[in-house]
Amino acid sequence: MKILVGQGSCGIASGAKKTAALFSEKIKAHHLDIPVGVTGCLGLCYLEPIVDIYDDEENMTRYTLVKPEMVAEIFESHILNNTPLYSKVISPSGQAFLEKQTRIALKNCGIINPEEITDYIRSGGYSALRKALAEFTPAEICNLISDSGLRGRGGGGFPTGRKWQQVRTQTESVKYVVCNADEGDPGAFMDRSIMEGDPHKMLEGMIIAGIATGAKEGYIYVRAEYPLAVHRLRIALSQAKESGFLGKNILGSGLDFDIQINLGAGAFVCGEGSALTASIEGQRGMPRVKPPRTVEKGLFEKPTVLNNVETFANVPEIVNIGAEKFKEIGTPNNSGTKAFALTGNISNTGLIEVPMGTTLRTIIFDIGGGVKNGKAFKAVQIGGPSGGCLTSTHLDLPLDFDSLERVGAMIGSGGLVVMDEDTCMVSIARFFMNFTQEESCGKCVPCREGTHIMLELLDDIVEARATEMTIASLLDLGDTIGATALCGLGKTAPNPVISTITQFKDEYLAHVVDGVCPTGQCQAYRKYIVSEEKCVGCGLCRKVCPVHAIIGSTKKTHTIDTKKCIRCHSCVPSCKFDAIEVI
Amino acid sequence: MEHEKDKNHSLCSHCQSSAYAQLDLVLDELKDTPGNLIIILQKAQEIFGYLPRDVIRRIATATGHTQAKIFGVVTFYAQFRLAPIGKYLILLCQGTACHVSGSLAVEKAICGELGIKDKETTPDNLFTLNNVACLGCCSLAPVLMIKTEDSEETYGNLTPDSAIELLDEIRRKEGLI
Repeated sequence: MKILVGQGSCGIASGAKKTAALFSEKIKAHHLDIPVGVTGCLGLCYLEPIVDIYDDEENMTRYTLVKPEMVAEIFESHILNNTPLYSKVISPSGQAFLEKQTRIALKNCGIINPEEITDYIRSGGYSALRKALAEFTPAEICNLISDSGLRGRGGGGFPTGRKWQQVRTQTESVKYVVCNADEGDPGAFMDRSIMEGDPHKMLEGMIIAGIATGAKEGYIYVRAEYPLAVHRLRIALSQAKESGFLGKNILGSGLDFDIQINLGAGAFVCGEGSALTASIEGQRGMPRVKPPRTVEKGLFEKPTVLNNVETFANVPEIVNIGAEKFKEIGTPNNSGTKAFALTGNISNTGLIEVPMGTTLRTIIFDIGGGVKNGKAFKAVQIGGPSGGCLTSTHLDLPLDFDSLERVGAMIGSGGLVVMDEDTCMVSIARFFMNFTQEESCGKCVPCREGTHIMLELLDDIVEARATEMTIASLLDLGDTIGATALCGLGKTAPNPVISTITQFKDEYLAHVVDGVCPTGQCQAYRKYIVSEEKCVGCGLCRKVCPVHAIIGSTKKTHTIDTKKCIRCHSCVPSCKFDAIEVI
Repeated sequence: MEHEKDKNHSLCSHCQSSAYAQLDLVLDELKDTPGNLIIILQKAQEIFGYLPRDVIRRIATATGHTQAKIFGVVTFYAQFRLAPIGKYLILLCQGTACHVSGSLAVEKAICGELGIKDKETTPDNLFTLNNVACLGCCSLAPVLMIKTEDSEETYGNLTPDSAIELLDEIRRKEGLI
């Protein structure tokens, strides 16, 4: 028998460490010999903490939402009396969340212990590396990855095999493999989960890339905001080295490959290839003009393979099952799966992996359980600050690189933020523009100045100072920035604005023409009035109003001078009769 | 050891000399490695809690980078600090998922309670507030992380009230209330 407690960042934040400690305590108190192990994130974030109990035949019972106070009950029933506590096991909807997915990159996450290399090897780990060394030449590995149709999962969608081939054929003797683990898109956390839940898989992919391209050194550029991922990667690196998968003379092949970890210092632009390599070199992370491309002159001016975590995590599977089998998953030209982080106003928040081409409807309603609290679906933001919004008209659109590009959105790194009817699309656009504006590195004028002006224009709308011209200026400026900015960050910065204006033109017009924020989110558009029926004239609101906008004498209905009112909302909670209405 | 607070530094004189000794070890190990600068700065900040002027000067001398270049790198990245921080560093997530789940209301509550804004430290040096882009725990939005010298704890599903309760808990632990 053994017990595994899911301890990814979100599990730990939900109290998983305490839950695990309590199980250990109980086991010790009863003088039992049952190991309590760690596992990564299963993706069922809304059901954390998750505890899997395995019997001696490896049959698993999965308990969800195991708060520390539930441990005693489960322990007594399941461990002492050998009767699973069925009321606390995973619900059918939780089970369906898992069963409707196809997992490649996340296959082992939440199943194996990420801190034990033996667990990874037992689940078939490092067999792809052995196979690549024994059966393929470097050129054949590159061809295999090309044939599989694998495209970069970080957002660009560039064919991975072609990139490897280009680096392999460079004549330079020193080459590098770099893993982009600087997952900076707000709302995306699939790479974190892979690193926390199955770090060896990504390392195996990187080692295979090293062998295929002739690189001897690899770098992982990982965000400092992911301390647990860094910790588990460090453990994985030292275990892989001890077992001979990494370092000098890998598995007796005569080939060397070593990996080091570089911590990002907090700059979103470093997700861009040339900025990332500049940052590893110890410089300010500013992108440069391309060409030369990273495959020709990347890190330290040498040919460099740069892929993200999820891309590398797909490589071992392709080597193991072959290109043809891999291509059967997904759609033509978009083979394999994609991991998405489902967040926002959705019932089942978490991490999922589905075949490319799965529709938004399946993801949001079948897997995600629909919009939270029974509200209506309004839009989903895909691709973070570089992406766009999709609406109910796109629910049956297959999610893959090409289909999304056609509707002006992009898959990005895979963050899906679901928004309900109460979300104001103008303030969402402002939120993203504020983000890119702050993260602009300042090197090129279109991005540095342009995003700043776009933010000011959006502020004008949110703060009720705008006209229809403001919308026209936004579109015009967006076009210019998209065409002239130096790097991907700037080129895609206008996307959320353009896409919300295209999809929700009426909502923008309601703000600037009718003077109304349809969702009531923008404070500047709120109007406060006193209900004649409810007001008893007690005068409490008059006393709290900081600008003396409320007038009226005692025991008579009060009124609010809308010209003086600053919409601070102080009067609303002060009224004991709910007489102040916000419209 | 009795810690004596020096007016101009956040470390007492004993700790300070040992901190400089640690920095020298880091510099000896890394000063000739290519691409060393960010790694050295990260380690220096770990030792001192921030990057004092003297430390930047010492790094410049050891590595051969100009102070101007180092200052350029330091101010480019959000991670580096030129002023000391409080004992508890609050990293408040302002990512998309947290934003749509009400992180602004949480920020307002924390700022109101502590009387500080983003990137500021309370006068008693107990709390520093930093807004960050995304902590990657989106499913628990809104989220914050509280960092101290030896621990990192993430708290999720916050409301303005639960965030203030969290601050009170720390104050109780510190014997302040």
